[in-house]
Amino acid sequence: MAKAELMDFDKALELFEPVLGFEVHVELSTQTKMFSDAPNPAFGGHEISEPNTAITPVCLGLPGSLPVVNETAVRYSISLGLALGCQIAPTSRFARKNYFYPDLAKNYQISQYDEPIAFEGMLEVELEDGTLVQVPIERAHMEEDAGKLTHVGGSTGRIQGAEYSLVDYNRAGVPLVEIVTKPIFGAEHRAPELAKAYVSTIRDIVRALGISEARMERGNLRCDANVSLRPRGQVALGTRTETKNVNSLRSVERAVRYEIQRQAAILAKGGTITQETRHWHEDTGATSPGRPKSDADDYRYFPEPDLLPVAPTPQLIAELRAALPEAPAARRRRLKEEWGFSDLEFRDVVNSGLLVEVTDTVAAGASPQQARKWWTGEIARIANAQNAEPAALISPQHVAEIVALVESGSLTDRLARQVVEGVIAGEGSPADVVSARGLEVVSDDGALIAAVDAALAQQPDVLEKIRDGKVQAAGAVIGAVMKAMGGKADAARVRELVLERAAQ
Amino acid sequence: MSAADLTRSTAADLAHRLTTGEVSSVEVTQAHLDRIAAVDGDVHAFLHVSENALETARQVDADRAAGQALPELAGVPIAIKDVLCTIDMPSTSGSKILEGWIPPYDATVVARLRAARMVPLGKTNMDEFAMGSSTEHSAYGPTRNPWDLERIPGGSGGGSAAAVAAFEAPVALGSDTGGSIRQPGAVTGTVGVKPTYGGVSRYGAIALASSLDQVGPVSRTVLDAALVHDVIGGHDPRDATSIPDQWPSMAEAARRGLTGDVLKGIRVGVVKELEGEGFQSGVKQRYHETLDLLAAAGAEIVEVSCPHFEYAVAAYYLILPAEASSNLAKFDSVRFGMRANVTGTVEDVMAATREAGFGPEVKRRIILGTYALSAGYYDAYYGSAQKVRTLIQQDFDAAFEKADILVSPSAPTTAFKFGEKLEDPLAMYLNDVTTIPANLAGVPGMGLPMGLAPEDGLPTGLQLMAPARHDARLYEAGAAIEQLLEGNWGHALWSQAPELGANGLATALGSNGGAR
Repeated sequence: MAKAELMDFDKALELFEPVLGFEVHVELSTQTKMFSDAPNPAFGGHEISEPNTAITPVCLGLPGSLPVVNETAVRYSISLGLALGCQIAPTSRFARKNYFYPDLAKNYQISQYDEPIAFEGMLEVELEDGTLVQVPIERAHMEEDAGKLTHVGGSTGRIQGAEYSLVDYNRAGVPLVEIVTKPIFGAEHRAPELAKAYVSTIRDIVRALGISEARMERGNLRCDANVSLRPRGQVALGTRTETKNVNSLRSVERAVRYEIQRQAAILAKGGTITQETRHWHEDTGATSPGRPKSDADDYRYFPEPDLLPVAPTPQLIAELRAALPEAPAARRRRLKEEWGFSDLEFRDVVNSGLLVEVTDTVAAGASPQQARKWWTGEIARIANAQNAEPAALISPQHVAEIVALVESGSLTDRLARQVVEGVIAGEGSPADVVSARGLEVVSDDGALIAAVDAALAQQPDVLEKIRDGKVQAAGAVIGAVMKAMGGKADAARVRELVLERAAQ
Repeated sequence: MSAADLTRSTAADLAHRLTTGEVSSVEVTQAHLDRIAAVDGDVHAFLHVSENALETARQVDADRAAGQALPELAGVPIAIKDVLCTIDMPSTSGSKILEGWIPPYDATVVARLRAARMVPLGKTNMDEFAMGSSTEHSAYGPTRNPWDLERIPGGSGGGSAAAVAAFEAPVALGSDTGGSIRQPGAVTGTVGVKPTYGGVSRYGAIALASSLDQVGPVSRTVLDAALVHDVIGGHDPRDATSIPDQWPSMAEAARRGLTGDVLKGIRVGVVKELEGEGFQSGVKQRYHETLDLLAAAGAEIVEVSCPHFEYAVAAYYLILPAEASSNLAKFDSVRFGMRANVTGTVEDVMAATREAGFGPEVKRRIILGTYALSAGYYDAYYGSAQKVRTLIQQDFDAAFEKADILVSPSAPTTAFKFGEKLEDPLAMYLNDVTTIPANLAGVPGMGLPMGLAPEDGLPTGLQLMAPARHDARLYEAGAAIEQLLEGNWGHALWSQAPELGANGLATALGSNGGAR
């Protein structure tokens, strides 16, 4: 649909209520695949580029080969289920989803059907302004990824019209968890924003758990976004579309917004929505039709007879629960309180993507306010100028060291900025930069007194004024002393000394 | 020692004579290769004869000569059902769709018999993907029964049974999904065991129905089956359904049966539902004579009832096709096997390959299974069949409260003639009525020769069943019963098998095991 035909977003929201649903696939970063001992390309340490090299007879579904469940993948899945607030099934079962497609080595996918490992969860998602939204989770189940097809010839890069297709089974059997939400009501005009925040929250969770590389551009995290509209006042749900494999956070937001506008335009003209999958096109910012999807698609699911039910012990579940990292929203609430930040200060840190850096800097001994000030101030400014990520420029440890030097009085703010600059320029640790550049504050009172006396001697009129009680006149002398010391003096101490010496 | 003596020896005998140095593995292997060359044109037990057999035998002989300690069956030849993956021989599962396919790996059981230094002789014929009871569904032509070349050798493992019955191999590997080891055993006068489900690895066995398939030994004596079972059995981490337990030695159990007085006081449960209508009179006669002999030997004969066995065949023919329809989906021409020479989309090529590559019985079961799993039918068919399966397991549990082992005929009839049941799939399916319950319940079953039926002079078989994980009990009792029967006949049943002449006609030797 051309941009001009889309309905204005606000107008669409006036007429229709959007209902969302998400299926997020997370590739687990286990060392080996879900059902075989082939190296898992989604494991961070594996660099696998040659097609069909990370495979075993199991990945190819060769006759006689059998799957064996990867226990680590099961543990990861349980942890993820717990982090999503789900119940963990005492026994769950793998099932075969039968359909013919050349990227599916066995022409069935081993998945979970009516007995998923995790179900009935609730995920708290925080929007940019701090609004919290509860997203109901229906289930999280384990399954294997399919291979990857490359269609050669033809203009669309799709299987239709291709001259031939190449298939790479390296990805076949990569462990996946599919997280399925229940229908999400009430997001209203924030639906696109919620979509982005939801996927972003899942990304934060799986990273915190250390169970996925979670790089959307690599397909470690893939989102299928379901959108339907219903006219205001109508109870029955509208027909939904499923936009597949939207591979960045920004695209998730855009795709949902686009579908709302597209569907609204069709419905407003009395048209009907086709139940189908749709493809998101990053370049045009539009979706296009995929394949029709009916609720009656028959995958002839049945329990996978090659595998036993998965029956984690209550002890294992308890262990994994105890080891869970704090939920992102709860963690943010806690940090904000501990640090004593205002709403604005805290949001500034979160929206700059510097929460981890500030946390680590505080952990390294800096005060929260100082950590925040340096990261969102000077370091962010330099990063912006260099078009770099702040975290890539300087370590939290070094920032904490600089803060400590300032707080002990060894550096002034002005000197500290120079130290930051030096560290970023690769001149070594803060201590290295301080000594190499000779930036340390002069704390030897003898030298300062000499400078103060000299300045007072040169400005006898000022000396008189101070002696007359006009203390604010001291500024001129302090300035002269600081200049004489090359800036490497603590102004407060200089002021004390000026008043002291003038009184004598 | 003559070549005939070597081929008519048991594996246990050969193992002993190889150990003492009386014969070499090369001699034993050569004798069997010669026998294959002489008779397999008629029998057609083999789809492929190994080119490496003699070299493998030579290495065993060399290692023995060098004083290496070798496993008990080192140097003993063995035939392998074509359902099993072998890295050095084509593995077709009797199907055109896998013609010439050489797997890049050995099945676990094959790897284990190589590790035991046994000598693979070749791959044996079978009904396509193990679907059948006669080998008539092999894409490569049927195997003939060495007792009567006009008759079927049973199936699906007719090739392994016929190879052993025709002295082309002392022992063989089979697979049993609903009786494919035990029923061929019955009609060829050989011994076959379906182990407890999970007792032997399925890794590398081309799947028919995953929840029912089990690999097991085929032999002429119970002890030989036990020796092979010890080689192939035990936990395999590549098969998730493999039982991690430690297993007792089956060979020791068989030897206890041969030397001890194990039949005295044993409670033998006669399954009421596995005789009567549909059972040939000569089968029933030999069965009751056997029960009388057992009673005379001190066994306590008790009747047990398994009321749900009546539904076993029906449940089996829902579960098996359902699982098979999914297991056989991988045969699509994309990664291995046959590819039909058509142009068009990948779906066109897949469809044309499956149309040309699968035989009619395979297609029949794929359609049945696809239907049984379809939305709206699943509960009525697959779901109900699984409930029947649970009831059958409960029947077994109740029966084993009253009996140590259960018995029945291995098959309701002796070998039927080619073509007799080919057009009547239901009649063919009913030939497995006795064997199917053990597969549905996962319990072990053994078939052993029970004499020749008076009316046709053809072998009949006795089936023993034990509770899951109690395979050793089968070997102990089986060896004792075998000894009891042979003592009564005055010879082993297989010694009465007709000579197979160069002209391809079986000539009867005359017999004491039953009128011919």
